Amino acid sequence: MKIHQFEVVVVGAGGAGLMAGLYASKSASTAVISKLYPARSHTGAAQGGIGAALGNLEEDRPEWHTYDTVKGSDYLADQDAVEFMCKEAPDIVYELEHMGLPFSRTDEGKIAQRFFGGHTNNDTTKPVKRTCYAADRTGHMILQTLYQQSIKNKVQFYDEFQVLDLIKTDEGVAGIVALEIATGEMHVFHAKSVIFATGGWGRVWEITSNAFAYTGDGVAITLRHGIPAQDMEFFQFHPTGIYKMGILITEGVRGEGGILLNGKGERFMEKEGNAPNVKELASRDVVSRAMYMEMKEGNGVDGERYLYLDVTPETVNKYAAIDGRTRPDGTPYVVTGEEILGKLPDIIDFCETYLGVNPVTEPMPVQPTAHYAMGGIPTDNYGRVVMDKDRKEIMPGLFAVGENACVSVHGSNRLGSNSLLDLVVFGKFSGMEAAEHAKKTEYIPLPENPTEFAEQQLEALRNADGNERLSEIGREMKEVMFEHVGVFRVEEGMAEALEKIKELKVRFKNIKIDDKGKKFNMDLLNAWELSNLLDIAEVTTAAALNRTESRGGHARNDYKERDDENWMKHTLAWLEEDGVRLDYKDVVFTKFEPKKRVY
Amino acid sequence: MKKITLKLFRYNPETDTKPHYDTFEMEAAPTDRVLDLLEKVKGYEDGTLSFRRSCAHGVCGSCAMRVNGENKLACKTLMQDLKGNKVVVEPILGLPVQKDLIVDMEPFFDNYKKVMPFFINDDPKPEKERIQSIEEQERFDDTAKCILCGACTTSCPSFWSNDEYVGPAAIVNAHRFIFDSRDQGASERLEILNDQFGVYRCRTIFNCTVACPREIEITKAIGEVKKVIATGNLE
Repeated sequence: MKIHQFEVVVVGAGGAGLMAGLYASKSASTAVISKLYPARSHTGAAQGGIGAALGNLEEDRPEWHTYDTVKGSDYLADQDAVEFMCKEAPDIVYELEHMGLPFSRTDEGKIAQRFFGGHTNNDTTKPVKRTCYAADRTGHMILQTLYQQSIKNKVQFYDEFQVLDLIKTDEGVAGIVALEIATGEMHVFHAKSVIFATGGWGRVWEITSNAFAYTGDGVAITLRHGIPAQDMEFFQFHPTGIYKMGILITEGVRGEGGILLNGKGERFMEKEGNAPNVKELASRDVVSRAMYMEMKEGNGVDGERYLYLDVTPETVNKYAAIDGRTRPDGTPYVVTGEEILGKLPDIIDFCETYLGVNPVTEPMPVQPTAHYAMGGIPTDNYGRVVMDKDRKEIMPGLFAVGENACVSVHGSNRLGSNSLLDLVVFGKFSGMEAAEHAKKTEYIPLPENPTEFAEQQLEALRNADGNERLSEIGREMKEVMFEHVGVFRVEEGMAEALEKIKELKVRFKNIKIDDKGKKFNMDLLNAWELSNLLDIAEVTTAAALNRTESRGGHARNDYKERDDENWMKHTLAWLEEDGVRLDYKDVVFTKFEPKKRVY
Repeated sequence: MKKITLKLFRYNPETDTKPHYDTFEMEAAPTDRVLDLLEKVKGYEDGTLSFRRSCAHGVCGSCAMRVNGENKLACKTLMQDLKGNKVVVEPILGLPVQKDLIVDMEPFFDNYKKVMPFFINDDPKPEKERIQSIEEQERFDDTAKCILCGACTTSCPSFWSNDEYVGPAAIVNAHRFIFDSRDQGASERLEILNDQFGVYRCRTIFNCTVACPREIEITKAIGEVKKVIATGNLE
């Protein structure tokens, strides 16, 4: 066992972790540990862009961005947090640009902006160009830029270190335990501040846009320490994943004029009850539900469970003319194949590689794909972990940021291009706050045997010699979650899923690990990750089952309406010996009264 | 579906004195990725098989491997892209093998860090963005796509023969900044690359360009850097 000491330890090196590391390291000794090389983090898979009311192409205001985000959240977001994020947005985008981020540019050489779902001019209710982009690889550019700046600023990295445990004492947090993947050696990082930035957990579901690494490590670890997880029932299904594979096709495709068509060639988003006003540019939950209903009614392509996303110039121009869409100078919106290629090069590459389809000349087969966790570890605007429903008890020294945190700025449904914004804004402020906390406090002494729990966990797995295969347990979990805790949910299905998850957790104790070695024991680590996914699946399902309403990403066929009287509240979930315990906390309102959500 | 033979390079440093190959017979669909085949083996045949992977769609750069002798991303190589019914998967060359398909990436990242791969501009920051024209941005658009997978560098015979050569990936990342109109560090980077272990090790063999899963025109980019060093002119 090796012991290191840093004032701040950041776990995870995606957009949030790198930003936190950059800011913490300005004034405190800081280490960033990550199970992947930083450049492999899933932020790099984000495509369409980062939202900020720069107004580079048309009038826009942070207040409009705030309202759109609150509305998009189906009024479950905390409005003070949303206001904070949207106000910080323009400055943080300029800051990224000053770090060298190669944004696409307008004719005037400013940062280019595009349409995204749910972002509007609040006066006209028409879509507004708010999403700042670097072609369709904005996340890649953010990840690279932040990693580059971290190298420039000599941030200390521990690459390919798997976090296994949080060291928590009665006084607060004293650090983390991590495994050096290459050697199998245990490391203790003794710290005054720990920031979890471990990303999401889309791997709970069968069809997902998420990386293999997205196994919810931070949330699973904190749940094991009696720290609640908030709003776990709200998981976003992105409307456009590549059929069967789930690979993300950016909302930017629709921003550039792409149209969703059913098997009959109908533009179903304009139907009454879907989104007759903004159509394809409605919020993601709305579009995914409309797609699901089309397929259920037998309107999938060739009766299969997919629809078409069409961005061929012919289709884009036809519907742009029908919609009366114009360019900023007032001339009709007309695109060429070359422009599409220039704005969506990666999408075209993915479709050609995996489908043999060229989106400039053919439509893309798509289906909703598990994409983003709105819920996570409850925090305030500075990443501090909030333990109770009254928001009074802060866990000293513990911070969470990015997808594994729940501030909450996304409520029950996140708007596209707000996740990259969330990462960098809250990454920055939690990094500063974690360093500040470190300056004000002493190290809490390490307990006598800080690695005990992690060692026990791994030994139990390593010695497991049963007859259950990890791959099979994983497959069954993903299947039941996609079937019953997916786009639409009902009581019976969720109850069945919860039973199934409990059964899988029992069977998990009887797994067989083939690899008994120390070095790069991916078999062992994948088993540990699966235990995290099972815990998260259980918490997600229990929270979903209890919420008898439909709101944002949580849509129930047996409770179809939003029920503000009973359910305008955040869920808090604790994972205990005998199952999941639930409680609820109030939503923060500032200016916006809940209204029915219509697009 | 068709029957295929998957032959995998195996090496466990804790039990093996030298590497060997394991062979698996299985059914594969034309649209199966090589990564899917590896997952199938790991999940249902032999859990000890070790390899890196994460995004599974060609953007994170974890799974660079040699597939039938060529550097590829396992997640971006489909059965229908390969000839015949035999698939041989081996680790990328020129970096020490640590276990099965996993190589030590540290020397690769060390070389990357040598070229100052970060934005430099010490002028006071403007209130808003720095202005850059579409044409200026396009000048380094291709090299900014790099995902640091290592497929190019580990396909380069010059790198195999001397790992002090910074390699194509490092030069690609230097190019990304040298040709960025907002950056001020070009002369320092060019000085680093104007060295026997810099651009002159490149013998324009083009393996790197062929290997790049992001289709970056790497040999061309290296040529542009060579030209700037020779002429002192960035235009």
